Amino acid sequence: MLLELLGYPLAAVFDLPFRDGYVWSIIYVSLYVSLTAVALSTLVSVPVAIVMGFSAFPGRQFVKSVINTGMGFPSVVVGLAVLFLVSNQGPLGSLELIFTKEAMIISQFVLATPPITAISLAAITGVNDRVRDAAHVLGGTRLDVALVVLKEARYGIATAILAGFGRAISEVGSVLIVGGNITGADGISKTRTLTTAIQLEARQGKYETAMVLGAILLALVLVINAVVVRLGDQGVR
Amino acid sequence: MAIQRREFVAGIGAGAVALTAGCAQLGGDGEADDDRPDVVGETLTLTTTTSTYDTGLLDAIHPDFEELYGVEVDPVAQGTGAALESARNGDSDVVMVHARGLEDEFMRNGYGVNRRDLMFNDFVIVGPEGDPAGIDGMGSATEALTAIAETGATFVSRGDNSGTHTKELNLWEAAGTEPGGDWYQETGSGMGEALNVANQQGAYTLSDRGTFLSRRADTDLVILVQGPIKDGPEILANPYGVMAVNPAIHDNANYDLAMAYIGWLTSPDAQDAIADHERNGEQLFYPEAISENPDFQQYVPEGWNSDSSGE
Repeated sequence: MLLELLGYPLAAVFDLPFRDGYVWSIIYVSLYVSLTAVALSTLVSVPVAIVMGFSAFPGRQFVKSVINTGMGFPSVVVGLAVLFLVSNQGPLGSLELIFTKEAMIISQFVLATPPITAISLAAITGVNDRVRDAAHVLGGTRLDVALVVLKEARYGIATAILAGFGRAISEVGSVLIVGGNITGADGISKTRTLTTAIQLEARQGKYETAMVLGAILLALVLVINAVVVRLGDQGVR
Repeated sequence: MAIQRREFVAGIGAGAVALTAGCAQLGGDGEADDDRPDVVGETLTLTTTTSTYDTGLLDAIHPDFEELYGVEVDPVAQGTGAALESARNGDSDVVMVHARGLEDEFMRNGYGVNRRDLMFNDFVIVGPEGDPAGIDGMGSATEALTAIAETGATFVSRGDNSGTHTKELNLWEAAGTEPGGDWYQETGSGMGEALNVANQQGAYTLSDRGTFLSRRADTDLVILVQGPIKDGPEILANPYGVMAVNPAIHDNANYDLAMAYIGWLTSPDAQDAIADHERNGEQLFYPEAISENPDFQQYVPEGWNSDSSGE
């Protein structure tokens, strides 16, 4: 209902081309792609962070540096790599994923995984050693200790997931390359997200529409950040 | 954006859908039924230039086609160079672009088949009203560019291997001037963005007339050198072509639908729809697929002579 409150009065004031369902479909595509990507990232990242947080294995330092490098991946470069992967000429060409939401999900998965892993790992290793010792002293098995630590780190892990979501929903470079910014002639978005729509509207000089879409994106990100901050506060207690 | 559907097209559409989808009802010999291409429900990926999309042309005409064949068109607006590259990689089924030299190369390399001239508009040189290089009314694109270079007035180049950028480079070549220096700025972006930048900086740029007209309401730039539509030099002509991706090279290309699309685009109805598309009360594109005096040159590669058979 946020959009009704925000979009329609603005549409009336600025005479914006808010075609039926256009903005809704863009928001839907943004959320669908980013939420799916982050859910998949979480399934990979959190177990990896747990393994790295509780055990020392050869190559651990290498994995850590890969993750830290991944944090700095420019999204356009990821987009380019995914383009080569899913293009008809690429290894996954037969799946015909180019210019689809699935290709966008792959890109955002690659972008969101490193920060989720790194922040989760920091949360797990950051749990006070006294907590671990206490759990040991109380006769906990390694599994018990791990569960206690995870319980302590849960806010940090939630923060990590939301940070990954923030990274995914606000990136523009890769989804533009692999998604193609497509809207059907009926004005319903197929692979157009809030960020690529802003880029397009700005290109066409429709600054008011771009600003409204920007406000919607900002509102989404602010809501996410508010949730992060709240969880963070509870985590500190 | 209100989309005006034509009732008679809808009527034809209903008939055509019945024809394509309802082959079985015809009760011909069973063999023929299976051989008929049935495109209903399929998706056509079109890679195209930013100008066809940003002027609203595609959104205006595609609904008729989608309704007629019961299909969906996915337009990806990339600029001519990128649009052809996507097609080369087999990532699209059909391309609509405007750089004849690049199109010929694309066809000659076998990636495209069945190219047709579709429509034209022209290029214009736009700049600030102050006109520091004094090109207003020169009537020659090459002289104008030479004057801009000599004055060192800021010139914004697309720099993105698009059709407009290709034309701009051809113009510099024809003018015998090598662009460069602080006054020459490549934005690497679409036409709309290049116009934005030129507007902010009070600079000159080369634009297709369509995009400029659709942006005229929010820019201070003015047309200083007209193209052939307004009796300017022929070198500023801007023809658009459409080509199907060669199914012999990319077997995933939706060739039947691509050809249906090209057939429809070059049909009287679609040509009329192209002519009727306006922005700010001005016609943006001039259809040229159908004529009483066929332009045979459209089938002949640019600069072709019998010795350069490409062997």
